[in-house]
Amino acid sequence: MTATVPPLAEVASSASTLRAFLHGLPGVDQVGADQRAAMLGTRSIKTTSKQWALDLAIRMVDLTTLEGADTPGKVRALCAKARRPDPTDATCPPAAAVCVYPSMVATAADALRGTGIHVASVATAFPSGQAPLDVKLADTRAAVKAGADEIDMVINRGAFLSGRYLEVYEEIVAVKEACGDAHLKVILETGELATYDNVRRASWLGMLAGGDFIKTSTGKVQPAATLPVTLVMLEAVRDFKAATGVAVGVKPAGGIRTAKDAIKYLVTVNETAGEEWLSPDRFRFGASTLLNDLLMQRAKMATGRYWGPDYVTLD
Amino acid sequence: MAFEYAPAPESRAVVDLRESYGLFIDGSFVDSKDGEPFKTINPATEEVLAEVVAASSADVDRAVAAARRAFETSWGRLPGRERAKYLYRLARIIQERARELAVLESLDNGKPIRESRDVDVPLVAAHFFYYAGWADKLKYAGFGPDPRPLGVAAQVIPWNFPLLMLAWKIAPALATGNTVVLKPAETTPLTALVFAEICQQAELPPGTVNIVTGAGDTGRLLVEHEGVDKVAFTGSTEVGRAIARSVAGSRKKVTLELGGKAANIVFDDAPIDQAVEGIVNGIFFNQGHVCCAGSRLLVQESVTDELMASLKRRMAQLRVGDPLDKNTDIGAINSAAQLARIRELSDAGSAEGAEAWSPPCELPDRGFWFAPTVFTGVSQAHRIAREEIFGPVLSVLTFRTPAEAVEKANNTPYGLSAGVWTDKGSRILAIADKLRAGVVWANTFNKFDPTSPFGGYKESGYGREGGRHGLEGYLA
Repeated sequence: MTATVPPLAEVASSASTLRAFLHGLPGVDQVGADQRAAMLGTRSIKTTSKQWALDLAIRMVDLTTLEGADTPGKVRALCAKARRPDPTDATCPPAAAVCVYPSMVATAADALRGTGIHVASVATAFPSGQAPLDVKLADTRAAVKAGADEIDMVINRGAFLSGRYLEVYEEIVAVKEACGDAHLKVILETGELATYDNVRRASWLGMLAGGDFIKTSTGKVQPAATLPVTLVMLEAVRDFKAATGVAVGVKPAGGIRTAKDAIKYLVTVNETAGEEWLSPDRFRFGASTLLNDLLMQRAKMATGRYWGPDYVTLD
Repeated sequence: MAFEYAPAPESRAVVDLRESYGLFIDGSFVDSKDGEPFKTINPATEEVLAEVVAASSADVDRAVAAARRAFETSWGRLPGRERAKYLYRLARIIQERARELAVLESLDNGKPIRESRDVDVPLVAAHFFYYAGWADKLKYAGFGPDPRPLGVAAQVIPWNFPLLMLAWKIAPALATGNTVVLKPAETTPLTALVFAEICQQAELPPGTVNIVTGAGDTGRLLVEHEGVDKVAFTGSTEVGRAIARSVAGSRKKVTLELGGKAANIVFDDAPIDQAVEGIVNGIFFNQGHVCCAGSRLLVQESVTDELMASLKRRMAQLRVGDPLDKNTDIGAINSAAQLARIRELSDAGSAEGAEAWSPPCELPDRGFWFAPTVFTGVSQAHRIAREEIFGPVLSVLTFRTPAEAVEKANNTPYGLSAGVWTDKGSRILAIADKLRAGVVWANTFNKFDPTSPFGGYKESGYGREGGRHGLEGYLA
């Protein structure tokens, strides 16, 4: 196991050192974290700063479809949306990525070739992760081979909750290796981890094991992304950067539906991890319906009138 | 790329200020007999907001007489359930006019609109709602089978939470059947005068609440007045002492809520990120103009470096400026006099060898401003560790053991509040038990609730305000 960054190289040398390290992290007071997130949610972002934030949020969207009913046609439509979210306005930026199941990766890669929009695939027996490791690794390799340059994996929550941190760690390291050059997003499924202490430990675990991003949720479990959970994860990436010099991204996913919510997340990024994280390389939104609300708000800012939902495309 | 927050000013249009205000006596605004007018200004811009008048001896006589009349003929004779109706009505009108009150409070005091909107005014309404509930249940409050009101209450309040301190004073007084003559601080009289309008709107019997404006002289006339049965004061320990002397030997019942120099104790197992929030909220909330502010940070030595790094990073995020901007975290210092006091103590801190640090922040040219400041290398002997600064200035001291933390925390003439930060529940209870402070917050700071009693040990005063305990000071 060599993925651990140098200053913390010894941390994962055994189950007991890893456990000692994760349990030695400062605790999170839930009431305080909730209050801090609520306070950040009261920031008033208007006029020029709102325009700027809306465009940034659009550039951070991982436009996602993860349904049993997904078809190549549906995925191609989503890719078209990612390239030109607002067909009436050439100044509207594209989305960051399209996120699909492995079976749809080839279609998405084909539709997005040459656009600079990333092809993200969930893998590792998403969303439960309840499959043998070799199946998870094969899942990952297949997605990368089909053209995915970002892999969204799920951690083994069963192992995490029973305290087998090293097992979780080793799985992430193995998946990272299977990714090759593809970026790895580590889904913590915070709705199943339940406590903020667990969220902080899982965040560090994901970063220590070499994740390029840590991601809140699959979107298949409630609660999915929340502002306080994202706050705790942003504190973790900030502290990890300070300790190791390595910057890891954060992706809240699931349940972020309005532009107003998205801006609250951007404010939280700005006042927690700092402006370095205000980039699609460091922060993403996993969402499907969010993009349309961002577009409607963007048009409202530009024209002074509210479009209404009939004027944005439903894909 | 930097995320610049565009100005998001709250509109002033909701506030309808008169050019000048009289005194509110016996249910109506009246001119002073022979008082001197003075101006109240916006401390963020030094712009004059309105002219008010310093009530004279004759004015105070009139106000106390009106309160006496109301006690004997109207308010004092109402059954508790009827008093409750009026208090509920006041609470509802405060909620209806919340925006107006919040903007006016920020204009006159300099506090950020986020605070007046989200903390002060909601707490004001909550206080009236809470004590409205007690008005018809006093028999069951634990103060005897038939507790009686005292009569006329003289109430003198400070400028740091003008409307909230008014609520802390007036709500329990009215709930228990007393009538009131209240003097707001000379730099922040305006929300009290709007509250007087609210009393009219609620059709409170004339004389039940009287508001006399003015400075220390008016306050002295009021608390020393022969017709007063009860004195309630919130303010400096120095003035509190003078009041205690002046009422000694009289029939007047007194509650005093005075200064503080609270210790905020952070143990090495504290939730660091939330502790930093609590430290910031403890000392920079309301520009540090808080008697229970966590102005002495006691940090366990083993986490001092880590904590200070986090604290400085967090302080650099604080947004200092226009109080009416919805994104402002720290507003203006309330007055030139207070700014001079903060500067004097801050200079003394540097002169005595402590090291000051402030984040880079641009302060407006006009108005009264002081950058958030933290002093490290502070010892118990330094003035900034002993005297109440009442500004955005934090003194950091360290400790090695829990016993040393308690010893240092208690080593002050004050005893209003304290904070404990640790993940260990048993330690919270053990330390809180040993701290000689009226309020001890655990893993939080500066949290207020009308149901919770508040008040000091030692030179921080006596009597309790808030909660069931807050009734006692107004009952015989």
